[in-house]
Amino acid sequence: MKSYVLSTASAIAVCAAGAAFAEGHAEAEVLHYWTSGGEAKSVAVLQEEFAANGGTWTDMPVAGGGGDAAGTALRARVLSGNAPTAAQIKGPAIQEWFAEGVLADISSVAEANDWANLLPASIAAHMQCDGTWCAAPVNVHRVDWIWANTEILAANGIEMPTTWDEFNAAAEKLQAAGIIPLAHGGQAWQDATVFETVVLGLGGAEFYQAALVDLDPEALTSDTMIAAFDQMRTMRGYVDPNFSGRDWNLATAMVMNGEAAFQIMGDWAKGEFLAAGKVPGVDFTCASTPGDGYLYNVDSFAMFSVEGDGKAAGQELLAELIMGPTFQEVFNMNKGSIPARTDVDLSGFDECAQISAADMASTNEGGTLMPSYAHGMALFGAQSGAITDVVTAHFNSDMSSEEAVQMLSQAVANSQ
Amino acid sequence: MTRWLQDNMPKIVLAPSFIAVMVFVYGFIGWTAWVSLTRSRLMPRYELDSFIQYERLADSPRFETAMVNLAIFGTLFIVIAMVLGLLLAILLDQKIRTEGAIRTIYLYPMALSMIVTGTAWKWILNPELGIEATVKGWGFANFEFNWLVDQDMAIYTVVLAAVWQSSGFVMALFLAGLRSVDEEIIKAAQVDGIPTWRVYSAIIIPSMAPIFLSAFIVLAHLAIKAFDLVIALTGGGPGYATDLPATYMYAMAFSRGDIGQAASSAMVMMLVVFTIVVPYLYSELRTKND
Repeated sequence: MKSYVLSTASAIAVCAAGAAFAEGHAEAEVLHYWTSGGEAKSVAVLQEEFAANGGTWTDMPVAGGGGDAAGTALRARVLSGNAPTAAQIKGPAIQEWFAEGVLADISSVAEANDWANLLPASIAAHMQCDGTWCAAPVNVHRVDWIWANTEILAANGIEMPTTWDEFNAAAEKLQAAGIIPLAHGGQAWQDATVFETVVLGLGGAEFYQAALVDLDPEALTSDTMIAAFDQMRTMRGYVDPNFSGRDWNLATAMVMNGEAAFQIMGDWAKGEFLAAGKVPGVDFTCASTPGDGYLYNVDSFAMFSVEGDGKAAGQELLAELIMGPTFQEVFNMNKGSIPARTDVDLSGFDECAQISAADMASTNEGGTLMPSYAHGMALFGAQSGAITDVVTAHFNSDMSSEEAVQMLSQAVANSQ
Repeated sequence: MTRWLQDNMPKIVLAPSFIAVMVFVYGFIGWTAWVSLTRSRLMPRYELDSFIQYERLADSPRFETAMVNLAIFGTLFIVIAMVLGLLLAILLDQKIRTEGAIRTIYLYPMALSMIVTGTAWKWILNPELGIEATVKGWGFANFEFNWLVDQDMAIYTVVLAAVWQSSGFVMALFLAGLRSVDEEIIKAAQVDGIPTWRVYSAIIIPSMAPIFLSAFIVLAHLAIKAFDLVIALTGGGPGYATDLPATYMYAMAFSRGDIGQAASSAMVMMLVVFTIVVPYLYSELRTKND
């Protein structure tokens, strides 16, 4: 009898504990495409922190296609009425998903933690949908970097270029010395990456905003745009003949091995240098591409409308942790980017990251902090795709800059 | 009851697959046609908006390139694969000793997936790794073979790889056809002293017309749905110089969130298939009714 009472009591206790557990237990199913070595390690940081705060994390990594596969998986999940708790989405795609009416409101977390003052204004704007907060930023990648092999520059008496004319002069000098001036991979998105830094450098932030963010037809057909295409044509002469289809990390390796002098690529290239044991400032030099301004590529998690208290609690916890100072510091040190929030101590970061953070702060004040169009931060997919088509068609053929500009304005009109 | 079952058994057995085909093939063709008439972007929407997507398609220089590439690739691929396949079949038909081994060797590329073919040819044709580098290594410093990275010639490398992959298969088809020609007629011709080339051109090849048609249909649908080969070999590049309608459709649907464009280009592809298949079906049905 006694044992019966005891076991009943313990069974009741277990049930009660279970019920309490279900109510306040944060759970999150997170769809993301960080599957490569360093990225997977970075996301594991978030996973651990989520578990340490009593949450249950269901990982849903989708590899492949630079997020295309993840996008397809996400669409299938949302269409079948089974959206994940959070998904890695960035740029205007967040607002596109919001327009489909499937995103959740995380304003309570954002306001309680004062996100509006912690983030640069233009990055904060990406995280808001119609006045409410609907996404949490993870990191800031700078796109307009130029990487150089320090030894080659010193041997040829070349300084880091601060204008495109200086870059061209340096390239001529290197070419004469038998070195490939620019390591480049002929894939459409890499052509677009170079193009946007040229547009920013030659036209300035205001022009960049008009042309590649607002798609102003006058800016798209202006002389400045023609000059940008001219510069692309010049740079076509500075890449080696075998550049077509090359992956970006192979181009980075060319700079590392001293085959080529420069590469224009976002700061994920730094990871390649560091992984090969190269030291910034000694083996390689990082600088912003010629001209003023800053092009950012911000990864973020958008929260989807889901049923159940556990999941809602999971979203709030997830949002809070993503913007938390520890996660932002640890994650970004692994990933090579810089924290999105501006109050994180950067003493543990390398030289390039510190330049990036300082420039982000100063360009934010000067109004020249711009979204990268090539990395899906400025435009809808159809529009940025149409521009990239023209850029890559021009770069890979003998099309004149005037023709390219005409094609550009038609393609943009056709993509609306 | 048994009687009824006996009469209706074929219908009952066929019904599930018939329903599945109706829904998953024709139903989804209908769905795609509907979506191609809307302004769908990231997600499908169903409000009709006339032919806007087809107008955009007509204005897109990239889709134009894709269609021109399909014409170049389709024509060259089908013609070269058939000519080469026929030639190999005729040579193999000369009662040579190691026919079995040789036939297997030529047929083997067919066992590879297009991805493997594409990747292997990408390395062979890469100017810094493959043929060009090798010949340069032999001392011919001026040798150039850079079709893969030349935007005017890149589409021909796709033809090259596809022909390598498929001509062995066409050879096997034709070999079967050559063997099915009545020996008596050939012997009679030989008795009359007609030269071998005339025997082939006037007797054997004309009597193989149905085989030509089958080979054409098989190759044509391979050409129109070609996707994996381009992705592996050139990635659609340089620029978008080797884009085909299938790769265009994929880019629109899955990287650009432009489902309306993807649906309309899929419909255009289907029309191209119809223009090839319908005459074939028509001729098939007509001979059956005779």
